[in-house]
This record gives sequence, structure tokens and C-alpha cells, in this order.
Amino acid sequence: MSAIVQQDPALLETNPPLVLGNPSYHDLSERISTIIEPEIGQTPMKYWITLGVTASITGLLGAMLTYLAVTGIGVWGNNRPVGWAWDITNFVFWIGIGHAGTLISAILFLFRQKWRTSINRSAEAMTLFAVMCAGIFPLFHTGRPWRAYWLFPVPNTDHNVWQNFRSPLVWDVFAVSTYFTVSLLFWFTGLVPDLATLRDRAVTKIRQWVFGFFSLGWRGSARHWRNYEAAYLILAGISTPLVLSVHSVVSFDFATSVIPGWHTTIFPPYFVAGAIFSGFACVMTLLLIARWTLNLQDLITMKHLENMNKIILVTGSIVGYAYCTEFFIAWYSGNIYERFTFLNRAFGPYWWAAWSMYTCNVFIPQLYWFKKLRTNLWVMFIISITTNIGMWFERFVIIATSLTRDFLPSSWWFFHPTWVDMCTFLGTIGLFLTLFLVFARFLPLIAISEVKGVRATEKHVFPAEAGEMVA
Amino acid sequence: MAVPIDIDTLRDKLGIGDDKVYGAMGEFAEPEDLVKAGRKIREMGYTRIDAMSPFPVHGIDDAIGVPASKLGWIVIFFSLTGTAAALLLQWYAGAGPLNTFLLKFGLSGYPLTIGGKPFFDLSYSIPVDFELTILFTAFATFIGMFAINGLPRLYHPSMNYRNAHRATDDRFLLVIEADDPNFSPAKAADDLRSVGARDVEVVEG
Repeated sequence: MSAIVQQDPALLETNPPLVLGNPSYHDLSERISTIIEPEIGQTPMKYWITLGVTASITGLLGAMLTYLAVTGIGVWGNNRPVGWAWDITNFVFWIGIGHAGTLISAILFLFRQKWRTSINRSAEAMTLFAVMCAGIFPLFHTGRPWRAYWLFPVPNTDHNVWQNFRSPLVWDVFAVSTYFTVSLLFWFTGLVPDLATLRDRAVTKIRQWVFGFFSLGWRGSARHWRNYEAAYLILAGISTPLVLSVHSVVSFDFATSVIPGWHTTIFPPYFVAGAIFSGFACVMTLLLIARWTLNLQDLITMKHLENMNKIILVTGSIVGYAYCTEFFIAWYSGNIYERFTFLNRAFGPYWWAAWSMYTCNVFIPQLYWFKKLRTNLWVMFIISITTNIGMWFERFVIIATSLTRDFLPSSWWFFHPTWVDMCTFLGTIGLFLTLFLVFARFLPLIAISEVKGVRATEKHVFPAEAGEMVA
Repeated sequence: MAVPIDIDTLRDKLGIGDDKVYGAMGEFAEPEDLVKAGRKIREMGYTRIDAMSPFPVHGIDDAIGVPASKLGWIVIFFSLTGTAAALLLQWYAGAGPLNTFLLKFGLSGYPLTIGGKPFFDLSYSIPVDFELTILFTAFATFIGMFAINGLPRLYHPSMNYRNAHRATDDRFLLVIEADDPNFSPAKAADDLRSVGARDVEVVEG
């Protein structure tokens, strides 16, 4: 196949190699393992400073949750009629972010998209951490987090009532807990061969023990690989409908109610597209930082970043299309409450939130139609952040505009977040970043064995000179 | 009741011991060479061949005769168990009219009347049915895959090969196992050398 590349250099332009610099398999082990292998004492100071900052913010989260648990959820700004406020906004926001990890690891795997290999490990880790952050909000919104086991169908003596399985809130418990568990199993399955690589490279006793334990005695036997690939395919196959179901079920929390602006059948696909949109933006933010600080330009190439930007463009446009459909249906349905809700959304008291969301989610990503912009690191960094601001506003707009202005003007009210609301949300960002930093320091950020597999096929497509040339 | 453990029987069972041979092992630098060599070794009449590689090698299953994975059959059984468990759970938790029957067994559901909705219906049970199917499938896949592979384990005789640690890095190992009917240590090692393997060793169990 190398002959093809030589005959047609334009192919290099459209399909550049995914691993640059013509590395050997050993180079790849070295490249990824040496990031995490130095002794604790040799970790750069900037890492500790960053970790110190994020860990302090996580401490703030702990303080806020303790304060809430001992006082009551009145410390949040929730009121009547806004019973779901920042907490459910943040819950949907974090769950949505997680969805990109599963999309990258499962859906792109089924579509045989080789460019997923350099980014799937960190995206999957991001999923786990985002779902952890998400879980905090409904848990503390119950007001009595120590009674959380009431959410699960566990026989118990302190009340004899079973869960109401007709409620989408119970479906949510099942969907989110299944999502976390399956994502964890998928992530760990992918990690096992890499842990074996680290085990075999380990020089210190403690690393030999820890990696020896967690690699489960993996030795890369061909018989094992065959079962492993079958398992990976099954996990990808079930994660694909799972990820679509999770945000669909989250949207049922809204869609099965009778509130104007919520009671619509468009919600499941619209929520899923928004989730993937925000999640890809978050993966982008984290990867750009990792790429800069750890010099991963040869593994996370411009091709990877550009492909992700294309997905952000597609999902952002789907979200924009969903916004238009909502407006159209509000008008076309002839339902006066629905019409009022949407006019109120755009021109009512929350107009600034609604227009932030339209700007960040619909207009700004359209810049990615231009190759110059979608291959510019600064542009993509800024858009990755505005996207997440926009998607946070989307959830806030859906919740706040509908609840503050429902059918009866006598029950109209407004929502103001308290300082506890703000610090709790900030705290989950701290927790998310802390977990990610710890992950990046102690586990391989890039799937070593999968990148080697990509390299093995690319070796034939790209002769050594081509690899050098592009690098 | 204490079962007396006979070390020698146990060693025999596990194929471990000073007098035991695990097989002949050699290494290759490229996956393509491994596949070519594997195929030649199989053509020589060996049946118990294994390979070790840092990533799944394309074509090796066919070359050395790795049987297809049976994992799917195990998993589908547990997937359906998950669906059944979800249906049973929701039916039981809400099934009012059956309470007197269930009470005889000391079990009580709790029929909640909410909005006049039925105590059980297939339509509202679908999300939980789906999630539990997926959950059971994931556990069956994860546990099943490692169980079929005989993992986790702390020791494997292939670890005695001098380059065993490179099988997770950049070397592709080929093994002719000692339980192959055609195996004799010197012959197997020579056969491995003849197909281009380097650092060939007869590895102890």
C-alpha cells in the first residue's frame, strides 16, 4: 500500500498517519509509560501546584455538602415553583459530558474509526469522573443522602414501600448506575493489557505489586486475545445503546411531565445530541491541556483534533436544528402555553441565558466549517469552553424558564442561586479535575496496546520517510 | 473438614515442577513473521501452539488454530437472565392482586396507586428491563472473559522464558506446548529455529 501513497501524495493530506515520528513498538511503550513512571518525588512542581488548587476546590465541595446535609436543602436557591434548579442543571450537565467518552470508546469502535485509539482512554476516564460529579447532585437533592439506598430495590425494614417503577426518576437511578458500572468495566478491560505492560517494566517493588495485582496475570496469549476481542466487541455493542438510553431516560424526567416546554417527544434525541456535543468539547479541553503539558503532539495529532471538531460541528448543528424544531412545534401545535413558553424563553426574564445558549451552541460551532479555524489550537480551545458554557445554559434554560412560568401566573416566581449553589458547582469542577490529574499521573493516558495495533497497520501504509515528513 | 493437600499431586495438576517442561518458546520482532512462522509450525503437525503479543495480531488465530471464542454464548444466557430479573422485580414490587399469594411465602410487594396507572405493565417496565439486561451482560462479559482465559493468576510457566517480559512490549512469542503429542524438547526447539525464531528456549514448568 505504500506504493499508493507514493503515487498520490494527496492521500497524505486527507488521511495523514495517526502515529507520527515512525516509532517502534518499544518506542510507544516508552513514550506513554515514561509519563507516569518517575518516582513521586520527581513529579514536576507545576503538577503539585495544579493539584493543590483543584484539591482545595474539592475541599470546598466537601464543606458545601456537609453544610447542606446538616442544614437542609434550603441553603440552595431552590424554591416553589423552582424545585429543580441548579442541582438538576448540574446533574444533566455532568451526565452529558460523560457521553462523549462512551461514544469514543464504543460507537467509534463499532464504526472502526482508528483515530479513537489515542483518545479513548482519557475520554473513558473523563466519563467515569463526570458521572461521579453528576451523581452528587440528585444524591444531595434528596436532602437525606444517608437514605440513598431507598432509591434501590433493596428489601429493608425502615419502610415497606417499594420503588414506584412507573416513575422516570427510578428509571434514572437504574440508567445512571448501570452506566457508571458498565463504563468502569469497559475502561478496566481496556486497561488490563496496558497494566501488564507497566508491570513488566516496573522496577520498584510497589509498582510490581500494584500493577501485578491489577493486570490479573495478563500475558498476551493469542487464545486470551481472541476472547478479549470478543469481550471488547460485546462491551462496545452494549455500551452503544446504553449511552443513547441514559440521556433518553434523563430527558424522560422532563418529557413525561406536563410542564410546557418539557412535555415534548423531541427530548430524547435532542438530549443525546447535546450530551455528545458537550462531552466532545470537554474531551477537547482536557486533551489540549494534556497535549501541551505532556508534549503528546505525535500521538494526539491534528487529525484527531480535527475529527473531533467535525463531530462538534455535526452535533452542534443537530442541537441547533432541535432548537428550531421546538420553536416550530410550539407555534404549529396551536397550544398557547407552549407558544408562550418559547417566546418567554427567548424574550422573557431569562433572555440572557437563552441567547448565551443559542450563541455558544448554534452559532459559534459553525466556525468549524472552515478548515483554518478547526485546525487552529487556540480557536478549538476557546470553542471547547464556550460549548460547555452554552450546554450548561441549555439545561438551565430548560429547567428555569419552564418552572418559573407554568400555567398559572399566580405561581410564577424567579430563581436566584445562593452562594452554596455556586460553590457546590465549582466544587464538582474541582473534583473532576482532581480525579483527572490523579489519573493522568498514575495510569497510562493513552491505550498503549491499541496504539501499537494502529502503528502495526500504518507501518505498511506509510513508509518511514512519509512518517518523518509529516512529523 | 480439612482436605490434605499433596504438594506433588497439586504440582502435577498445575504442570509445575523442576522436572516439568512447559514448552519450547522463541521470539519474533514483527507480527507478520509471527503469523508466517505460526502457520509453518502448524503445518509441521503441531496442535498445541500458542502465541504471545503486545496487541492482538491479525491472522494469528487462523495461523495457529485458536478456536473461536465461546464468550457470546455464555453472555447471552446472562443477558436474558437480566431481562427476566428486571421483569420479575417490577412485577413483584407492584403486583397488588397477587399479594395474598406472595404473602404465604413471607413476601410482600407494595401496590402503589398513582394516577390510576396499572400495577404492572410491560410498557413502563422497558427502561429498567433494558438497563438490567445491559448490566448483567456487562458483568457476564467481564467476568466470563477472564474466567475463560483462566485469569487472574499469579504464575504462569511462560514467565520463565527469558524474554517473557517483552511480550507486553515489542516482541511476538511463539510457543509449542509440552502437552502436544508431537512434542519433544530438542525437536520442538529446532523446529522453532527453522522458522526463524530467535532466542529459542525450552522453558520449564
